[in-house]
Amino acid sequence: MTLAGSRDLRRYSRHLLIPEIGLAGQERLASSRALVIGAGGLGAPVLAYLAAAGVGRIGVIDDDVVDESNLQRQILFENADIGRPKAEVSAERLHALNPQIAVDALQLRFDARNARELVRLYDVVIDCSDRFTTRYCASDACSLEGKIEIFAAIFRFDGQVTRFDPTGPCYRCLFPHAPEPGSVPTCAEGGVLGVLPGIVGAWQASEALKALLQIGDPLRGRLLLVDALAARTREVRFERDPECVRCGDRPTLFEPVDAPDEDSTASIPDVAEIAPEELDAILREAVLLDVREPHEAALGLIPGAVHLPASELEARMHELDTAKRYVVACRVGVRSRWAVARLRDAGFKRLAHLQGGLLRYAALDAGFEFF
Amino acid sequence: MPVVRLVAFARLRELLGDRRDIVLADGASVGDLWEALVREEPRLTEFARGTRFARNNRLCSAEALVCEGDEIALLPPFGGG
Repeated sequence: MTLAGSRDLRRYSRHLLIPEIGLAGQERLASSRALVIGAGGLGAPVLAYLAAAGVGRIGVIDDDVVDESNLQRQILFENADIGRPKAEVSAERLHALNPQIAVDALQLRFDARNARELVRLYDVVIDCSDRFTTRYCASDACSLEGKIEIFAAIFRFDGQVTRFDPTGPCYRCLFPHAPEPGSVPTCAEGGVLGVLPGIVGAWQASEALKALLQIGDPLRGRLLLVDALAARTREVRFERDPECVRCGDRPTLFEPVDAPDEDSTASIPDVAEIAPEELDAILREAVLLDVREPHEAALGLIPGAVHLPASELEARMHELDTAKRYVVACRVGVRSRWAVARLRDAGFKRLAHLQGGLLRYAALDAGFEFF
Repeated sequence: MPVVRLVAFARLRELLGDRRDIVLADGASVGDLWEALVREEPRLTEFARGTRFARNNRLCSAEALVCEGDEIALLPPFGGG
């Protein structure tokens, strides 16, 4: 697209007045393509500012629909949009805001199967997702396809923003291990100040525009921390990790992975997965093996459970009876997954694993107290 | 016995309350600081897997040694988007 001589140039007059942008920069934006992963709290300001700025093609990928509880912060949506696909509504709003740009409304989940193919079509990727699996997958795909990624995540009053480059660092350099499932809440679980994603998303939009224009000091190797409650920001420096499985000196990861770690969610061969709803019935003929650490178990054990901390499992495995059927459980289902695999390898045959851990079981209000 | 200044974010800040200046043994590492905090506040355990540390605003490993007056930040990944 060329803007010179166009009557539509007037729209960008405030950009044209800035020496760092000018006509050349504005034309550069017009011929640029940006992919926004997630049309939620962060996605709304990012999409709106990139569209207003005249980024020529914007991809918006989200498989969700607008919920009433989104409207407190996702300012691209209105009351009448409740129940409609976010990608579709976003495309409508962006077209209305700036008819000069093209919008790809991608109503699907960004995952390991489509990640590389999608990322390849754009110049910059802005990760506005709310899942760790998506974050690892997006970072892997950008690193593999040689794309810049602008990352952010939020919690209540706090935000983190940074930029990942194909030469590193990447998301895996910053957070090599995903948190235990359930330990780090999303906005839906932990809540968020409505304006916070607006502040943090605006930072992302600014970094994305700088990346496309190739101006300024990029937020590369710097994690910007925003604390809205204290009205303070802080910067933590980080570098490419030579040990990183993706961008380190001896990489072992050559395709995007949407599971954060190899041990996180894959089912374990020869082990039955038990849903929390099934636990009571199964415990009539099986024993619950609680592998939480002593300080956790001190806060409450299920009656009849055998307690053997995961940290002592290998040393004390002989205390268990290979003829018994054990349902192995921890707080959220990560350590138990490790423990059940060790037991299987040691020759235990009748093993089962409690999905989601005691935290999800306790959420059923089964009369089991849990903090 | 170095005294370090603690900074925490998100849920870790909530769990640690107003703990600020922490006295550590000579030769203590950032990991030792974390272990000491976990002993005081066991609910930190579930954040051990994802949390990174920064010493004087630079990301560091748990093995990094602390010095008098260091500021140690506890950085959990945030979930929301």
